[in-house]
Amino acid sequence: MFFPNRKNNQGVIKFPKFEFTIGNLLFTFSIIILVITIALPMIMIIYNTFFYKLTFNWRMFGNVIFQKENIGAMVNTIKVSLFVTVFGTIIGLFFAWLVGRSDIPLKGIMKNLFTIPYMFPPFIGAMAWQLLLLPRSGYINKFFVSMFGHPIFNINSLAGIVFVEICYYFPFVFIQVSSALERMDPTLEESARIAGAKQMTVIRKITLPLVVPAIASGAMLILISSLSHFGVPAILGFSNNIFTLPTKIYEVIYKSAGSFEGIRQGTALSVLLVIVVVAALALQRRVLKFGHYEIIKGKSMRPMSIKLRGMKAPLLIICILFLFLVVVLPLFIIFGVGCLKAWGLPLVLKNMTLNSFKYVLFASQMARDSIRNSFILSISAATINMLVGTMVAYVIVKVKIKGKGLLELLAVLPYSVPGIVLAIGVILMWSGAFKINLYNTIWIILFAYIGRYMTFSMKSAAASLGQVHNSLEEASRSCGATHLESLIDITLPLIRPGMVASFFLVFLPAMRELTTSLLLYGPFTRTMGVAIYTIHEEGNTVQATALASVAITIIIMGNLILRYITRERRRN
Amino acid sequence: MAEVKLQNISVRYDKVTVVENFSLTVKDGECFTILGPSPCGKTTVLRAICGFEKLADGEIFIDNKLVSSKRKKLQIAPEKRNIGVVFQDYAVWPHKTAFENIYYPLKKKKVEKKEAIKSTNNVLEQMKMANYTNRFPSQLSGGQQQRIALARALVSTNKLMLLDEPLCNLDANLREEMRFEIKELQRKNAITIIYVTHDQDDALVVSDRIAVMDNKGKIRQVGKPEEIYQNPIDSFVYKFLGLSNFIELEKKSGKIYIKNTKYVFPHNIPNNIQEEEKLFLACRPLNIKLCKTGELKCTVKRVIYLGNIFEYRVMLGENELRVQQDAYDATLSIGYQEGDICGIEFNELRYYNDVGEV
Repeated sequence: MFFPNRKNNQGVIKFPKFEFTIGNLLFTFSIIILVITIALPMIMIIYNTFFYKLTFNWRMFGNVIFQKENIGAMVNTIKVSLFVTVFGTIIGLFFAWLVGRSDIPLKGIMKNLFTIPYMFPPFIGAMAWQLLLLPRSGYINKFFVSMFGHPIFNINSLAGIVFVEICYYFPFVFIQVSSALERMDPTLEESARIAGAKQMTVIRKITLPLVVPAIASGAMLILISSLSHFGVPAILGFSNNIFTLPTKIYEVIYKSAGSFEGIRQGTALSVLLVIVVVAALALQRRVLKFGHYEIIKGKSMRPMSIKLRGMKAPLLIICILFLFLVVVLPLFIIFGVGCLKAWGLPLVLKNMTLNSFKYVLFASQMARDSIRNSFILSISAATINMLVGTMVAYVIVKVKIKGKGLLELLAVLPYSVPGIVLAIGVILMWSGAFKINLYNTIWIILFAYIGRYMTFSMKSAAASLGQVHNSLEEASRSCGATHLESLIDITLPLIRPGMVASFFLVFLPAMRELTTSLLLYGPFTRTMGVAIYTIHEEGNTVQATALASVAITIIIMGNLILRYITRERRRN
Repeated sequence: MAEVKLQNISVRYDKVTVVENFSLTVKDGECFTILGPSPCGKTTVLRAICGFEKLADGEIFIDNKLVSSKRKKLQIAPEKRNIGVVFQDYAVWPHKTAFENIYYPLKKKKVEKKEAIKSTNNVLEQMKMANYTNRFPSQLSGGQQQRIALARALVSTNKLMLLDEPLCNLDANLREEMRFEIKELQRKNAITIIYVTHDQDDALVVSDRIAVMDNKGKIRQVGKPEEIYQNPIDSFVYKFLGLSNFIELEKKSGKIYIKNTKYVFPHNIPNNIQEEEKLFLACRPLNIKLCKTGELKCTVKRVIYLGNIFEYRVMLGENELRVQQDAYDATLSIGYQEGDICGIEFNELRYYNDVGEV
């Protein structure tokens, strides 16, 4: 910076002084960590796609995109996502309204059951449905073949992918709309009824329009998740050469056995995928701008229940059937097949054994390693993200400093980057590019996890910090405490419950994760997801489902602990 | 005890200048109030004294020591200024008990444990909170939390206390009680207090001196409560300190009339006020009397019963005036009904060239 000194008519060069305040230090650390875990991988992808040996060359990008099979993959991606979004939204909306606004019985249980698919790893759900609907060996198809001569449905198809994804993504809309309906001011509907409107009219003209923002927000969540999703298309699509962009990226890299050319092609496809996702995000912002209605009520009043009368029984049956189909059946099948002596045997008690469980939990070195690795990675990533996320959120929410915007941008970037894309970026970055080679080590997976889940922890911490009023810290300063002491004595104790919740917010997805670790694992660094997937691909169905059962048990227990903790907080 | 001097300070938020060229001196040991409408920058000034805001210009001295200066690029951290602050929302820490809240500043000052415990218990007694030592703020009422905040500020400092609208969340009775307690506190502990509020009653009860600020961040008048109330320097201060009526007067052929009426104004107007174009008469509702006869006549539009006061809305020419009469006096004299025409008398008049809008 050049400040001409008027007195002496000389130019005096001054640099802005860097004060070692807490705010500045936290900001610096945050930027460094986020650049390493998020920005650099992304830059590596863009660089490798468009630059070859330091010169700009987009020919490879063009070649890759316009190959027939890649176009086919992109078309599949869009097709699947559209169907999943549309039907997932309708289903989510239907059940949210049923549970939130009608007088259907068993509401409490149903509400809890409807959110279970949310915690299920979708690829395990795909495996479960394969057990039922594989063309020749699936139980349901076998039943239909014996009765009618031909299978009812082949799950290894685009339709199968759509079906399974709907099962596991509809809760996004269900949860958003349920919560909007709960917080909605009931007098809005009541005044319509008083003015003479019939039930259907009230739903059509009052309730629905007011929850449009929630519907749109949930629908966009489904869209973006489905576009980036890897697990379900991988399990159901590979055997029939059906690809979506995420699975095509994997195939391209896997086929080339990790060669540089293959990875370059993968990066080109990644850029394409990111463009599609960013387009969806831009659409989301425009849609969400439309209906920002303040419908949150202050007092808790019970909203009017719409009486179902004659429809109650049929609708209840539909709910129960749906829950059975989506929640109970897959669980039952996974645990059931895990207990079988061999795949294909009828599911009766005499064919059951706990041997497979014993094998994966005690005998198989690979399975035990994978469980251990998953725990180590998930706990480490969750702890690191809890701390870093809190630090980043603190700088964004509480510190007045120039350049905060960049930090915020970096922290929300992972949200729009599909897991597989981040994995490629991490490979490019840590495989010797900067003289450090972490490939095939557990560290590379850890770095990928930290980047991938940063947005969750940051947003969660920001919400906790937002509730700690600035004056509490200022009061401590005025009592003689330094900034650091105020953080430790006042802020930290008050956000501690929120930090615990944000730990689980990363621990749970990391435990069931597949995409990232599938690209990054080495002979000794498999995670549970990778182990389940590879055992399944080898054809060892029973073992795979046994390990999957273990994974599901861990995840459900983790979710219950999280619910217990957050319930305690809500009570306080 | 500490003297506080603000010299030409300016404070900016992003591009907006909240306070500019603001100067003030608070004497050692006095209770000084900055009184002004919301928002006018008074909280900003307080926060600058505390050290929570950077100065865009000017300097601040506490006890003759420079604590903030733009020119010298100095800003002493809040924890080193030896101040006690009561925030508008009390800022009592929810995860600490009443005792721990008050004990904290003593811990930070590294006061010896036994003595610290004694001081804390002393001040709890002073605040009549001895029975609530181990309660958490969520178990205390607003008034009790406020007393904790006051107690905590008191043990943080022996020099300067800064109070930011500390009473605005309390009901009327509690507010009155706490006003007196603050005054007592200041007298007993001989501490300098800077008080910030928009409530003129608070200011008049509590202060040794008041500075009235307008919503452009400028000081209009500084003085003792009686001075300011009885001799407001301009119509803004007059209007801010209590209910007021403004009547426009005009000069016609050498005489002064109530504008747009045929009434000649019966009182003498100080010469220096007459020079300007516009001329206004200001009078408080309680200083206007309705009477049976008189030169000036008005019509009673409404009669409102407020318990201890009767309020009349009367029309004098085009002007609607508020007239208040003590209810007891009213019962001794004639009652007026809507539609009555009666005489009107003014006392304690002030004259201004505008009506106090900013």
